[in-house]
Amino acid sequence: MMESLIAAASSYAGQIDQVTHVVAILGGFWLLLAEAALFYFVFRYRRSRSPKAQYITGETKQQMKWIHWPHNLVLLCDIVILVFAVRAWYHVKQEMPPTDDEVRVVGHQWAWEFVHSGPDGKLGTDDDVSVVDELHLIVNKTYKFKLEAADVLHSFSIPVFRFKQDAVPGRQISGWFKPTKTGQYDVPCSQMCGIGHGIMGGQVYVHTPEEYRQWLDSKAPKSAALPVEGLDRIAMNQGGM
Amino acid sequence: MATAIPIATGRSATGIPTGKLALWWVIGSEIVIFGGLLASYLMMRLMYDSWSDAASHTNTVAGAINTFILLTSSLFAVLAHNAAERGKGPLAAGYLVLTIGGGLSFLVVKAIEWTGEISHGFTITTNTFWSFYYTACGLHGLHVIGGMTCMGIIAYDAVRGKNLQRVEYIGLYWHFVDIVWIFLFPLIYIAK
Amino acid sequence: MATQGHAAAANGHDAHGHGDHHELSFLQKYIFPLDHKIIGMQYLFTGIFMGVIGALMSYAFRMQMAFPGKAVPLFGLITPEFYNSMVTNHGSIMIFWFAMPVLIAAFGNFLIPLMIGCDDMVFPRVNRLSYQIFLLSAVILIASMFVPGGGFGGAWTSYPPLSASAVYNQTPYGAPMWLLAVALEFVAFLLGGINFITTLMNARAPGMKMYDIPIVVWMIIIASILFMASVGPLIAGAVMLLFDQTIGTGFFDPVRGGDPVLWQHLFWFFGHPEVYVVLLPALGIVAEILPVFARKKLFAYKTILWTAIATGVLSFVVWAHHQFVAGIDPRMANIFTVTTLLISVPITEMLFVYIGTLYGGSILLTTPMLFAIAFIAEFLIGGVTGIFLGASGSDIYFHDTYFVLAHFHYTFVPIAVIAVFAGIYYWFPKMFGRFMNDFWGKVHFWGTAIPFNGIFLPLFYTGAAGDHRRSFDLLNFPELNQPNLIFARQFATISLLVMLAFQVIFFINFFYCMFRGRKAGANPWNANTLEWVAPSPPPHGNFAELPNCHRGPYEYSVPGRDSDYWPQNEPAT
Repeated sequence: MMESLIAAASSYAGQIDQVTHVVAILGGFWLLLAEAALFYFVFRYRRSRSPKAQYITGETKQQMKWIHWPHNLVLLCDIVILVFAVRAWYHVKQEMPPTDDEVRVVGHQWAWEFVHSGPDGKLGTDDDVSVVDELHLIVNKTYKFKLEAADVLHSFSIPVFRFKQDAVPGRQISGWFKPTKTGQYDVPCSQMCGIGHGIMGGQVYVHTPEEYRQWLDSKAPKSAALPVEGLDRIAMNQGGM
Repeated sequence: MATAIPIATGRSATGIPTGKLALWWVIGSEIVIFGGLLASYLMMRLMYDSWSDAASHTNTVAGAINTFILLTSSLFAVLAHNAAERGKGPLAAGYLVLTIGGGLSFLVVKAIEWTGEISHGFTITTNTFWSFYYTACGLHGLHVIGGMTCMGIIAYDAVRGKNLQRVEYIGLYWHFVDIVWIFLFPLIYIAK
Repeated sequence: MATQGHAAAANGHDAHGHGDHHELSFLQKYIFPLDHKIIGMQYLFTGIFMGVIGALMSYAFRMQMAFPGKAVPLFGLITPEFYNSMVTNHGSIMIFWFAMPVLIAAFGNFLIPLMIGCDDMVFPRVNRLSYQIFLLSAVILIASMFVPGGGFGGAWTSYPPLSASAVYNQTPYGAPMWLLAVALEFVAFLLGGINFITTLMNARAPGMKMYDIPIVVWMIIIASILFMASVGPLIAGAVMLLFDQTIGTGFFDPVRGGDPVLWQHLFWFFGHPEVYVVLLPALGIVAEILPVFARKKLFAYKTILWTAIATGVLSFVVWAHHQFVAGIDPRMANIFTVTTLLISVPITEMLFVYIGTLYGGSILLTTPMLFAIAFIAEFLIGGVTGIFLGASGSDIYFHDTYFVLAHFHYTFVPIAVIAVFAGIYYWFPKMFGRFMNDFWGKVHFWGTAIPFNGIFLPLFYTGAAGDHRRSFDLLNFPELNQPNLIFARQFATISLLVMLAFQVIFFINFFYCMFRGRKAGANPWNANTLEWVAPSPPPHGNFAELPNCHRGPYEYSVPGRDSDYWPQNEPAT
């Protein structure tokens, strides 16, 4: 059901959609039942068919069971939903599986800065590749992200991954995702962050390993974090060409 | 226009006079306001150890003097209530004036204390501890001023023997202001 | 001593009797009134006026969503800052300056003294002060949209650091004025709430016991208590945020040792009970209307009352479900999922009770009854869709999408629009002594209920497909620019235009019938509750002779009686 609306492209998207489906089925059942009862009563007991109302207090045991049984059944449905919801939540937000690579995500007014670990697979080293509004990932690799905000609250959201996490200034929030489908997808900011909130959004590119290597090569390795002299030299080289 | 008091005001289905009942609800809503502020303070205080450094600069002596002053003034409020119960309006008014005096002394001590702190460079924007310090004490101070104002009006009536039941209500309110201070004092002054 | 003083005052008043009220000038009667009914009217008209402003704002930003970048008639091109400010103020107005004043203050002021059989609120002057502070807050809010920098645009939740600093929000005057207006509004409702609660506790008609109080009065009182118990921390928070904005403290600034998430806790500790603060009075209005037009006793009065109280208590421990993905400890989400799912139980139970009331009735589909039934039908959708968001697992995806927006509009529109219309059509004869036109009322009903679904059903769809909230333009997101999503957005906007157009019928009907409508007697609906004992419209002092209460409010179609209703004030013979 959910996948017909929006692609599911992460390892846990299916599990989150499953929660949605469970809620839709159980909630939908009660919704239809209640609406059906409501409209049936309005139709059946309209004044022209039912000129004299009955006197029912609703406080005898016999009558209260009409409330108590639904009450207990709703509680039961809640417990079922709870099990599915907490399992999905635990998997996505509380577990940290072994990860293959790291990425640092910084929310600014009004752009995402994505710091890729580069060839060595480690953040905070010289070969980090920092890009604005473009997140490049390899399909079927598990990523640990470190999420920060430079100014105000932002929300790092990848709808196709069924993933969302607010970025809070002054904190670094970690989590993980594992893309399972190649392609290009939206990365909106989904927390009000000021005038430019509406246009704040990047793209995530989920690559095959080969494509990813090509992209990485095109980023002129080590250029991002070179010391200042280095940058000068590159600028001179480019100017000379 | 002379406002006629509605019959509703005189009714008492609970057995508690309407004015007193309303006052309890006022105090209830105030407790939640101060509760929110102090809960926020406590949460942050527990989160950041460094606050105890900032807190070490508060003037515990001034705080202790003020605690004593407020407790004494509460005693006068009780005496005023006592007098009002016996129908002695002017005496009740006299005790209320003493209570107001207590409130005034409290504010004077506070003013001296704040002057000292500000001259040492601890202002409301210094850091979050001092922000809380001035906000919480300031909010409490406003309640002291508000209570004194009401007390003045009630004392004015009480001299003429009018609305003596209000002496008890303002006393209750004054006790509440006092109790808020009893919470503020250890949390802000003693906890270093 | 104190009690004696009161009793004396009351007796003195009784001795004067009620007939000899001196004539009040227009100014005393309508501008600075002490009469609870006139104060209720002031709240009603101010609230509806603000509601119209809020609706116009929704027109502006819905047009932008449907036809991005096109000039909107009346507003011109919608800039991002204007869009943000409209969204923010639409939310604030609809909750604080429309739903609350109309549902709690207007209906509460008008109904409580009448329904419990007394002549006024216990503190008329506090009541008047409450309205005046409320009016001041409304003026400040409207003014905040015309100051340099424009109105505040940081969403009605006003999360810092965005809201705390003009460097981030670009509204140096709009933001503090918005906050000040909200804080003043809280003060107004605290004063009003204390008055309501004290009035109910002390001023009931002789003989009116706990289970004889009409449900709507109970609901307004429970709502007032909830409001009072939850708003305190946010008032403290508002002071802190105001200091952050204006004098440069750092309560919510992480750089200076503050914590932005603290505000979220303070806000939602109030914000979630606030939902029930407006929901309960709406449920109360529906509980009054259903028995009258089904000629049937309300099913399980005590269950309704106790589920309402249970809902109120539970509403204090669910707030963090608004913050599942906000950076709180993920373990907390599990606790709040449990409490959130738990709160669905009393609410479902209450709705089942309402549906049960219709069973075996003799239902007459008048305009107020249609609105009351529509409330149940629509609110059920709002309730069920809330579970997607209360369940932490699926909320990771649905949080801050249009699905959330559609969900809470499916709760707030039934509450603040449909139930309010039900209440207005139902009590209009009591307010003005005349009926509203039933035919045009029904036209208005269908013109409201159908387009309402037309607006928000498509938004469930776009939200589930990933539309995220508060974006002034989705052009940047290829996934959200598929033709079917664009069509859904346009469909929603056009439904809104239709719904707004049908409201014109309501206003014409309302004002025409205020002066020219068919005259109504004291008890046109043959209802039981005490307000129908007083003449229509009730004079100052309400009752010629204050009534006594002899039974519960919903004794309809009692076997062995000739008439199918049994007013509360009629002695048993």
